[in-house]
Amino acid sequence: MYNLLLGGAAGQGIDTTVAILEKLLKHSGYYIYTTRDFMSRVRGGHNFSMIRFGTEKINSHSDRIDGIIALNDETIHLHKDKLTEKGFILCDSSLEYSDDRIIKLDMDKKAKELGNLRASGSIAIGAILKLFGEPFTYVEEVMPRVIKKDFLEVNLKAIQIGYDSVEPVFEHLEGPFKDYMLISGSKAVGLGAVAGGLKFYSAYPMSPSTAVMEYLAYIGNVSGVLVEQAEDEIAAINMALGASYAGARAMTGTSGGGFCLKVEALGFSGIAEIPLVVIDVQRPGPATGLPTRTEQSDLKFVISAAQGEFPRMVIALRNHEDSFYQTIRALNLAEKYQIPIILLSDQYLGDTTACVKPYNLEDITLTEPAKEAEGEYLRYRITENGISPRLIPGLTEHLVTADSDEHDERGWITESAEVRNNMMDKRMRKLEGLTLELQEPEFIGEEDCKVLLLGWGSTYGPISEAVSRLNKSGKGSYGALVYGDIYPLPKQNLEKYSKGRTLINVEQNATGQLASLIREQTGISCDRSILKYDGRQISGEEIESQVLEGGLD
Amino acid sequence: MGKFTTYETAWCPGCGNFAILNSLKTALEELDKDPKEVLMVAGIGQAAKTPQYISANSFCGLHGRALPAAVAAKIANEKLTVIVDSGDGDSYGEGGNHFIHNIRRNVNITHFVHDNQIYGLTKGQASPTSKEGHVTEVQTDGSMNTPLNPVLMAIAAGAGFVARGFSGDAKQLVTLMKEAISYPGYAFVDILQPCISFNKINTFAYYKSKVAPLGEEYDPSNKAAAIMTAMEGEERIPTGIIYREDKLDFHRKHNLLKDGKTLIEQERNTKVIEALINRFV
Repeated sequence: MYNLLLGGAAGQGIDTTVAILEKLLKHSGYYIYTTRDFMSRVRGGHNFSMIRFGTEKINSHSDRIDGIIALNDETIHLHKDKLTEKGFILCDSSLEYSDDRIIKLDMDKKAKELGNLRASGSIAIGAILKLFGEPFTYVEEVMPRVIKKDFLEVNLKAIQIGYDSVEPVFEHLEGPFKDYMLISGSKAVGLGAVAGGLKFYSAYPMSPSTAVMEYLAYIGNVSGVLVEQAEDEIAAINMALGASYAGARAMTGTSGGGFCLKVEALGFSGIAEIPLVVIDVQRPGPATGLPTRTEQSDLKFVISAAQGEFPRMVIALRNHEDSFYQTIRALNLAEKYQIPIILLSDQYLGDTTACVKPYNLEDITLTEPAKEAEGEYLRYRITENGISPRLIPGLTEHLVTADSDEHDERGWITESAEVRNNMMDKRMRKLEGLTLELQEPEFIGEEDCKVLLLGWGSTYGPISEAVSRLNKSGKGSYGALVYGDIYPLPKQNLEKYSKGRTLINVEQNATGQLASLIREQTGISCDRSILKYDGRQISGEEIESQVLEGGLD
Repeated sequence: MGKFTTYETAWCPGCGNFAILNSLKTALEELDKDPKEVLMVAGIGQAAKTPQYISANSFCGLHGRALPAAVAAKIANEKLTVIVDSGDGDSYGEGGNHFIHNIRRNVNITHFVHDNQIYGLTKGQASPTSKEGHVTEVQTDGSMNTPLNPVLMAIAAGAGFVARGFSGDAKQLVTLMKEAISYPGYAFVDILQPCISFNKINTFAYYKSKVAPLGEEYDPSNKAAAIMTAMEGEERIPTGIIYREDKLDFHRKHNLLKDGKTLIEQERNTKVIEALINRFV
């Protein structure tokens, strides 16, 4: 497994270079896992991406670097300490830095000679391919697919120049992942939404959730999903509710601060029983926090957001498979139970690109609203399972109501104590059915482990890597439960695996929100917490060392 | 009895809302609308109860948020006749941002605002259109804020259909409502209405003495003249279609909708999704 870091200032083309390089490496058979670390600015600053690639499945980034591609001095200074002994630093000849591991190329000068300064990134790509022993042949196959026609020739020449400038250092490893997808978490959510029958997406741009909106807009004309950029967060969610009421499967997306503004309408979805999916791509808070960085600190907020009580569901996305399939499931469950469902992603998962098996559409069926009702139509009919007949206005002979006030079975305002009780009970009864649909947290590791790590959402990757490293280390036996469905909280696996074990919750927040939720709902307490909230994603290696340092075994 | 029945209301006897509701029913019937194709949308307030009192589809949402829900419902299904019927607090106060931006969006919906220049549901505080100096239990020294001129604002923001009506002139109001509902784009009608319980300044007699219907000679396509007309209000309050202009609405401009197929009729195409998946391989 190898790990490359590309760093420079914003505006130097890191993203483009990384996007091309990761596709070339995947085409060569590698499994790819690329994380993105960038500052909240358009130009300057220090941004970097890490491409980790290998011949087996990769779940997270690594702190150990085999090669640095430095577009400026700062990149070298900031990251050289993590470079392995055999590693290299590739940079332009103009950089004044000396180290045994440095490889200087005339990238900028040669790019200028080629007539396109931006081609220096491609010279670096060529050099990287050669350093890792990749054959040149597939460059010609892949490049036309990833680069615009007008720029193809100059970039091919640039790659060739880079390729011819160095000698191989590492060995090409044979991997079977050529036919896998390479997709970011946020694009996977967008694709899942389309596969899940989405028709309407409204949002106000907010990092890092904007990536979902951008992707949906990009494919809007072919997918038939209408994306509307709302004037504010409140409009975005109320639009989604209006569209959903009128029969268009709808979703809205935001990040923590935007979710704050959507809260009243979340409750509206609950009482009016309008299906809705909201994705919160978390970032550190509170308020504006760290706009381009990562955290998992909205869990306690989203499970209790909005006044009053109503059934809802929260699903934390763990990886690039969940991002697709769970978005479809959320859209279906929202329709079936006529409730709001919140998907929790975060910047780390949203912006990371990874290999996944091509998504399979075969087993996907969509839950549709009823076409017609028999007898007297009551939109909010009291039923045993709490689900009332939802019809679509204009597509039925009946009139369809929606009301944010407490209402009777017809949907008319009421202040009757009896009706209030009946309506509250009806809505809350949905939880009985919903609980039966819950998916237990995935167990990873050794069945008879002594230490059990607990996590949720995007720490899935780092935690599973940590468990695997810990078990290989010979220092005890380890397992983990990582939650996807998190509210209502599934309890069976927890009860099964927690007995007699040391429990450590691993979370990207300061207070241990999962541990607190588990304690509240089950009485089970964690023995230790590994918490990180500096805006950077915890790695498998970091979890491993913190587990071992804690001396619990 | 027409197709649009009225239900028992919770309004004060003598409220201007009754006349507006009656005019609305008449307008819908004269336009031969079918209740099942009509969607009434409101936020919160006394006027916002209107959708509860008429036999049509109804969406009674959140305070100030009628417009976003209404435009999205129309975007989803163009075949619905979507009417926002709500008050001045709802439309200009809490929902002011949506008022401006949905003029820009120009979705083909109709927006009736019951403008009584006071907050009725919360028992009598100043509204965005209350006159300067209007004393209430909150504005104890009289409102110090300049009142909004919603008609002027709508024209300035680029609305294609801007009208002002008066609840006491049912004949004109029905005509304005019919014109607004038939207008292919966002149509806005500010409807002056006395609040007999809480507004002792803008009374029925006050409006009666000031309201002045625009005559046949008035040309609503002249924007400069419309702006001047909209700025009147001290001596006389002009009513009628103040500005009208033909412009393409949201559906006619949007790639997915312009051929007339509604959004909810668009089918999920597995082949397309497979192709999208393949782009990532």
